[in-house]
Amino acid sequence: MSSPIVKLVAQRIALGILLLLAVSVLIFAGTQILPGDVAQAILGQSATPESLANLREQLGLNQPAYIRYFHWLGGVLTGDLGTAMSSGQDIATSIKERLWNTLFLAFWAAIVAIPLAITLGLIAVRYRNGWVDKLISGVALASTSFPEFFIGYLLVFYFAVEHQWFPAISTVYEGMSLGERLQAIALPAAALTLVVLAHMMRMTRAAILNVMQSAYVETAELKGLSAFAVIRKHAFPNAIAPIINVVMLNLAYLVVGVVVVEVIFVYPGMGQYLVDHVTKRDVPVVQAVGLIFAAVYISLNIIADIAAIVANPRLRHPK
Amino acid sequence: MADGKAKSGLLLDIRNLRIEATVYPPGEAPKTITLVHDVSLTLEKGKVLGLIGESGAGKSTIGLSSMGYGRGGVRITGGEVILNGRDILKGGKEGFRKLRGREVCYVAQSAAAAFNPAHRLMDQVVEASLLHGTATRAEAEKRAVALFRKLSLPNPETIGERFPHQVSGGQLQRVMTAMALCSEPDLIVFDEPTTALDVTTQIDVLAAIKDAIRDTHVAALYITHDLAVVAQVSDEIMVLRHGRLVEWGGTRQIIKEPRQEYTNALVSVHEIEHKEQQPGTTPMLSVKNVTAAYGGGHVKVLKNVSVDIFPGQTLAVVGESGSGKSTLARAITGLLPPEQGSVVFDGRTLGNKLSDRPKEDLQQLQMIYQMADVAMNPRQTVGTIIGRPLEFYFGMKGRERDKRVNELLDEIEMGKGFIDRYPAELSGGQKQRVCIARSLAAKPKLIICDEVTSALDPLVANGILKLLLNLQQVEKVAYLFITHDLATVKSIADSIAVMYRGEVVRYGSKSKVLTPPFDAYTDLLLSSVPEMEIGWLEKAIAGRRMESAGN
Repeated sequence: MSSPIVKLVAQRIALGILLLLAVSVLIFAGTQILPGDVAQAILGQSATPESLANLREQLGLNQPAYIRYFHWLGGVLTGDLGTAMSSGQDIATSIKERLWNTLFLAFWAAIVAIPLAITLGLIAVRYRNGWVDKLISGVALASTSFPEFFIGYLLVFYFAVEHQWFPAISTVYEGMSLGERLQAIALPAAALTLVVLAHMMRMTRAAILNVMQSAYVETAELKGLSAFAVIRKHAFPNAIAPIINVVMLNLAYLVVGVVVVEVIFVYPGMGQYLVDHVTKRDVPVVQAVGLIFAAVYISLNIIADIAAIVANPRLRHPK
Repeated sequence: MADGKAKSGLLLDIRNLRIEATVYPPGEAPKTITLVHDVSLTLEKGKVLGLIGESGAGKSTIGLSSMGYGRGGVRITGGEVILNGRDILKGGKEGFRKLRGREVCYVAQSAAAAFNPAHRLMDQVVEASLLHGTATRAEAEKRAVALFRKLSLPNPETIGERFPHQVSGGQLQRVMTAMALCSEPDLIVFDEPTTALDVTTQIDVLAAIKDAIRDTHVAALYITHDLAVVAQVSDEIMVLRHGRLVEWGGTRQIIKEPRQEYTNALVSVHEIEHKEQQPGTTPMLSVKNVTAAYGGGHVKVLKNVSVDIFPGQTLAVVGESGSGKSTLARAITGLLPPEQGSVVFDGRTLGNKLSDRPKEDLQQLQMIYQMADVAMNPRQTVGTIIGRPLEFYFGMKGRERDKRVNELLDEIEMGKGFIDRYPAELSGGQKQRVCIARSLAAKPKLIICDEVTSALDPLVANGILKLLLNLQQVEKVAYLFITHDLATVKSIADSIAVMYRGEVVRYGSKSKVLTPPFDAYTDLLLSSVPEMEIGWLEKAIAGRRMESAGN
């Protein structure tokens, strides 16, 4: 690897870490602005001033905000996300399994959605402005325009109620085989795929069409390459940077935007965990989940940036 | 190559070719226009036919028809294209794909744009041979290396491992020629292969192409608008205009005894009589020891440059791309503040930065650019474009402004009917005229012309030069004329500064600069300008004293 790439990549990573720190400050500050504090929340409205003061002392809430922030941050960095107020359980332990479930679902949705979107995008360019292109664009746009809960319920109606091919509720538990797990998440994964498909496919189409005007595409056509080979070999590699960007954006959505889908299919992932604890006003859990979502978002965007840098031959092979 | 051999010797026989396209004028119904009107030509094996004409003459369209290719919705609607004894127009898409890259190859104007930036050169050079199965990868690569060597590319063994951005423009153009030759085709279409290059690089590429054609016995269609260039490589020349044949004959006949008036105009295009003015006593603008750099002082592009411009006169700045000509203009206008030195105008030192200069100083210095179409707002009418400086500098409004705009349109020899037109409705030459009118509207003392004729056809460019000279007489305006074209310099300059790698290597009155003895670089520049003479290329190559910068 050559030096300009290393430098650019290091810059992006440093920027990402800085951004994550800034987000952590915002999350912490946000929960401080809310009326009342943890002690109040634990003891409820009937608390006496004395017991409140005692608990605050006990939880360290008397200390100034910045000390508490660093205390919290230090805990996060060492893997201690605090304790959930509602259940008294260690947050890190309960999140671990749920995060794994969410990533599992996102992974399989991505495995289907990304190649499908890019292939459809390539086909749409090949038959641009023809009926195939219009059909692909139309169906993809329609599936994105429907709200995800609607798609979710449609899938449940057809594939779980009418035909009973897949379960309507995606329960997963320890000891399930991979096959069983896959069957359980088939419907939520399909719903997610339909939601993110159009965006990636449209972007692939637009990015490739943009480079189809280039002189090197004409050169390829004049070598006698078939229309599809021209797109795949000559146009696609030059459109890769914007495509990676939109793919990563959608990957991030698959992880942090699954709340509704997880709730519909009662899937034990991060989204459902978040919704549960928002209703219980469990601030430490909300903080922890918010931070993890932010971290996922930022790191995927860093990966997109780095991939775009590495995909650029001018940076990979300097003069 | 083809199954049925034609009568011996004949490779390409185009009969009554008609090419049409559908245009969609704004606000009107789509209409069909004819680009090529029943043109016929024949080409024998191993011969070179030059296709010459202005833009819009249909040269590229005809050239590409030999591969069955039409750019952007262009359709071949009539005639026959007989290649190796068969009409390729009857072969359909599959037939075209089989002949492209195998029987006929293409060399584009800008190799820098025609190579895919994502792939290594070698992969692209051998791609067509592998696709058509005419060679194994090892054979094709061996052939490519031999071609790189023949085209005198540096490091022929390893240059194929490079990416396009790692190779200079002149070298890329030669790699593209190697790419075309690598499939051992019967015919190569060269589409303005040297137009985008500096003169000193052009001569190298031209010589390489000529040698390669001679040694491989490939036939070629050589498309260009530069008659002097095509005279060096062609056996025959075909002159085209508005998609119609003007004249077709042997190279010597076309350049020595043209039979048509239009051909004659092309042959004698560069001759403008311009009497040199003697420098006055006090310069109007003095550039004093200016040093300028990009990238926070890292890349020095101007080194200690000093030149003077006298009132009502023209200073031409000549040099190749990268010599710092345009940077000099940027330093004078304040767009790039100099690191050292100063610019003195009318006895006062101008502010270094654009933002430090009062409106009066801005008004005195105006610019005209190479690309007229991107220098104008496409959504404004000609009247608004020319009227803008009138409003900005003189506060003119309404009828007074329109009257002045019409006067300016008269001055640039365009009628009143143009005031409500949009830039898209003008030809290239007309666009440049509007830009000239816009700069004149400010009543400047100096206009900086940055390659203003480079993007134009020779005859149109000639008209622009004559206009500029006339305007100089009337308005007493001085020009700083930046160009890489020495013929232009001879037509318009009073004094000349030759720039090379950020330095002025030769400076003085036109007659002094163009009189021997020359320094090595000026000699190279002067000897690289193609002359309308058969055999000039060999003579010029033999008589050179230094290598061109692009090599």
